[in-house]
Formats: sequence, structure tokens, C-alpha cells
Amino acid sequence: MEHASVSVSPQQKEPAAQDARPVYVLRGVNKFYAKRGIHALDDVNLTLVEGSFSSVIGASGCGKSTLLKIMAGLTPPSAGSVMLEGKPVMGPREDIGMMFQQATLFPWRTVLENIVLPIEIRDGKAAARQAHDRARDLLAMAGLTGFEHVFPNELSGGMAQRAAICRMLVSQPSVLLLDEPFSALDELTRDFMNMELQRICRERNATTFLVTHSIQEAVILSDVVYVMSPRPGRFVEEVVIDLPRPRTLEMMTTPQFGALVDRIRSQLDEGALA
Amino acid sequence: MTLMDQGNAASGGFPSTVWVENVSWFDRVPRWVAMLAIFVIFIMIWQLTHLTGLVSPILLPSPGDTANQLYFVGHNLFTGGYMLTPLWITLKTVGYAFLLATAIGFSLGVLVGETAFGERAVMPYLVAIDTMPKVAFAPLFIAWLGFGIESKVALATFIATFPIIVGTAAGLHAADDNARMLFKTMGATRFQTLMKMKLPTGMPHFFTGLKIGSVGVMAGAITGEFLGGGRGFGDLIRVASTNLDTARVFALIIYLSVIGLAIFMAVVWTQRRFVFWHKSSTVTDS
Repeated sequence: MEHASVSVSPQQKEPAAQDARPVYVLRGVNKFYAKRGIHALDDVNLTLVEGSFSSVIGASGCGKSTLLKIMAGLTPPSAGSVMLEGKPVMGPREDIGMMFQQATLFPWRTVLENIVLPIEIRDGKAAARQAHDRARDLLAMAGLTGFEHVFPNELSGGMAQRAAICRMLVSQPSVLLLDEPFSALDELTRDFMNMELQRICRERNATTFLVTHSIQEAVILSDVVYVMSPRPGRFVEEVVIDLPRPRTLEMMTTPQFGALVDRIRSQLDEGALA
Repeated sequence: MTLMDQGNAASGGFPSTVWVENVSWFDRVPRWVAMLAIFVIFIMIWQLTHLTGLVSPILLPSPGDTANQLYFVGHNLFTGGYMLTPLWITLKTVGYAFLLATAIGFSLGVLVGETAFGERAVMPYLVAIDTMPKVAFAPLFIAWLGFGIESKVALATFIATFPIIVGTAAGLHAADDNARMLFKTMGATRFQTLMKMKLPTGMPHFFTGLKIGSVGVMAGAITGEFLGGGRGFGDLIRVASTNLDTARVFALIIYLSVIGLAIFMAVVWTQRRFVFWHKSSTVTDS
């Protein structure tokens, strides 16, 4: 039954993405944890085109974080192929920007020093100093001007995540992998941050892949939402979100939005019962 | 009074419900008053015990005698008397031992905390050695290193090293998964991860180890001097004790504890300076 629904939508059918270049291509990705006898991912196929925003949604433990780690080159797949920009992903790469639920800013570094950390790691301290101007521009974009020399423990949760966005962007990645980046924030801040995220992704034409367990968040941000079912983790449906861009928070009250949310929720319920 | 009036005026007819949370006077005593009070009570009980004559002055000197000896020892030290050399010897012992314990403890801590080899193969031996009564090694150190300062340094180092190893290793395990994953995504080398993330994250634990070690180093040095015929402050205590000069023993112990406290506070100060992002108390917790 789940197999049938996968074959319903084998191709990307996004209007704006017709001539867009595929950036991320996953074919037949499987992940087994032999020790615990868990089949975490079952034959995942995924194509992300340039500038698109895709989300994967599913219950906790359905393998979505595992998928993200495989895409980021943090953990190897047990079978299958992961290609980014035509090159196989065999480890962490500079053109991948990543963000997690926790901001993970280091308290002994100022905000500015935290943001240039990826540069410092890759190219050394001199390069990091040269990146200060770029980091300041990013801070301005994130509304954090004036906080350059502040230590992270003086930032609120939302500000810390904004700084984490700046750190992700400082090495100018072409793809962004986001693992529930705003789920630790309160709802008002989260809505605001989602709109900021949309703006940033559009400005940079970044290819973005978001892992979330919030249906509303997935729908308001994405061009495509992949619904994942657990044990083994697999895509059971690909929902194309044809709401116009740019998205606004007001769209969340439209019937169209509600219908999309309902459709995804029913898919998730089915997966949970199966 | 005025507060209540304002409350009434603002609420237009409603009764003011401004109220003061009741904190008992006992919890509101300022810290210095409380500490002074305990000190005075302690001295009074001491003095009363002395006045009853139930305890021989050889076992328990009066506060007055102890104060006299405190003055005598202090005067001797500040005028460059014969006690200055033993003090200097003990300070040297403690200083060398603390530096050695820090260096050895940190290195072994990194080995044990950072490498799987260290954790699996070295740590069990360290735990086994740690469970031994370390003071029992004093005769061995004297046999190996002689009656000089070296055997005392060895014993003090031996006692102080283990908490520093444990603190360093625990610190290296303190980094959370997110931080590790973040460094992985940035393509950091193992050395970079250690230097830029794990070690700074573990600093509070390392300093907890240092604080415990700083206390142990003093105990080790004095024990070593007792057992190994040292020429330091421990020797002065031993001599005074043999002469049944208990007041002198008390005074010497008080000076030693001042030195111990100074070392401890130096560690606390260093921690405040270098681990400025971490709020820690002066007690040994992290």
C-alpha cells in the first residue's frame, strides 16, 4: 500500500522547477543498524532541484534525522547513492550548511567569533579575520547588528538561532540541511523565524532541506513535503505545495492551506497505524 | 505607609493588596555577620571548655595561648626567623607537586578522555591505583628518592594527580552531541575538535579536579614531612607536638590552612579569569 503511494509521484512536478538543475540526488538509500537490528531507512529516493525548499515530516524515530545525517556526510548509508552537485557525498563538505535544534554557540567566543568558526576551522585564523566583514553583513541581515562582541549567554533563544543561521551561511553553502531548527523556540518566535528563513533562502537561491515534525511549518515553507513513515523509514507520499511565493503567515488561515495540512496529517496517521 | 497610600489611590476604592513576603530574620543575616557570629560562638565554647578545667591544656590549649603562638609564629616568619626556611621548603614542595600533578594529570586525562585506547586500556589501571591508600606509598618514595624534598614532592604529586586526571577526562566527555556534530560538519580535524571545542567545554571539570588536587597536595606534603623526616612545616609541627606544645601545633596548623586556602583561592581566581562564561561557586562543585 505504501509502495503504491510512492509510485503516485515518482517525479518532481514543480512548476517553477521544470528547467531547474538537480542539486541533490539520492538513489536507493538504505540504512541498517545491525547491532540493534533496526532498518532505519528503506530505499529512499530523492531529487532536490536548485533553489527548491523541501521538507520531510514524520513521527519521532522515523529515520528523518538519520536521512539528514547521511545527506550531510556525517554517517554513511548501508546501501545506495548520495550525489551532491554531481559528486558523491563521502564525508562532510563545505558546500553543505547545517543547522540543529540547539544553536550550539560556544560560550567562550563572541557572537562574531562563533560565526566565523567554520572559516577558522577550514582555512585558519587569518582567513577567519578576513571573513569578519562578511559575518557583519550576515549579522545585519539577521537583525543582530550591535551584538558582534556580545557573548552568546546574553542572547535569547531566537537570537541565538539567528546567530546559528549566520554561522551556517558564512561559508556560503549552496545547500542547507536543517534539523528541526526552530522547534525549541516558542510559537511566535518560530513563525517569525520561518518567514526570515524563507527570505534568506530566496535571496540566496539556496537549495534547502528541512526536517520537522510540525505540519504547518513544513507546508508554509516548502515546495514539496515528503511524508515519512517509521520502521522502516520510507517516503509514503510526496505532497506538492502550490501556494504562491512569497509565503505569508496569513496564508495559514486559508482553506487551501488547511486542506494541505489535513492531507499530510491523514498520511501521517496512516503511517502511525500501519 | 506611603506605599500603602499610593496603592489605595491607584486602585480607586479597592483595598491595597501590596504585601511583603515573610523571610525569617535568620535567613536575612548578612554573610559577614553570620560568619563572625559562628567564629565568636566557637571561641566562646573553646574558652568555656578551657575554663572548666575538664580538658588538660596539653590536649587543648586555651584560645589565648593559641593566639599568643599565632603571634609568635607570625612574628618569627615576618622577621625572617628560623621558621622561614621550613615554610619555604613546604611551599616549594607544594608548588612543585602542584605543577607536576597538573602536568601529569592533564596529560593522562587527555589520553584517557580522548582516545579509546586510553579509556579501555589505561583507565582500569588508573582506577586500580587510585583505590590504593596512597599514603602507604610514603616509605617507598623515601626508599626510592631519599629523605630530601623529592620524596615529599612525589607523595604530594601522587595524591593530587588522580582528581586532575578524572576532572580532565570528564571534561572531555562533557561536550554534547550537537557540538560534536557541528564540528564534524565543519570538517574539523580531531586535533581542532580537541583544542577548539572539547578542551574549552571541559574547563570547568578540569578546574574542579584542580581544586580537589590543590587540597590533596598540601595533605601529601605534610604527611610526607611527618613520615620522611622532612625539614618543612610538618617537621615544626612534629617537634612542637613532641614537646607537648599544643598551642604551637594549633598555630602552625592555622598558618598551613591559610596557605592551603590561598592555593585554593588562586585556583578559583584563575578559573574565574579563564572560564569566565561559567558560573561556579567557591566550593568544589562545577
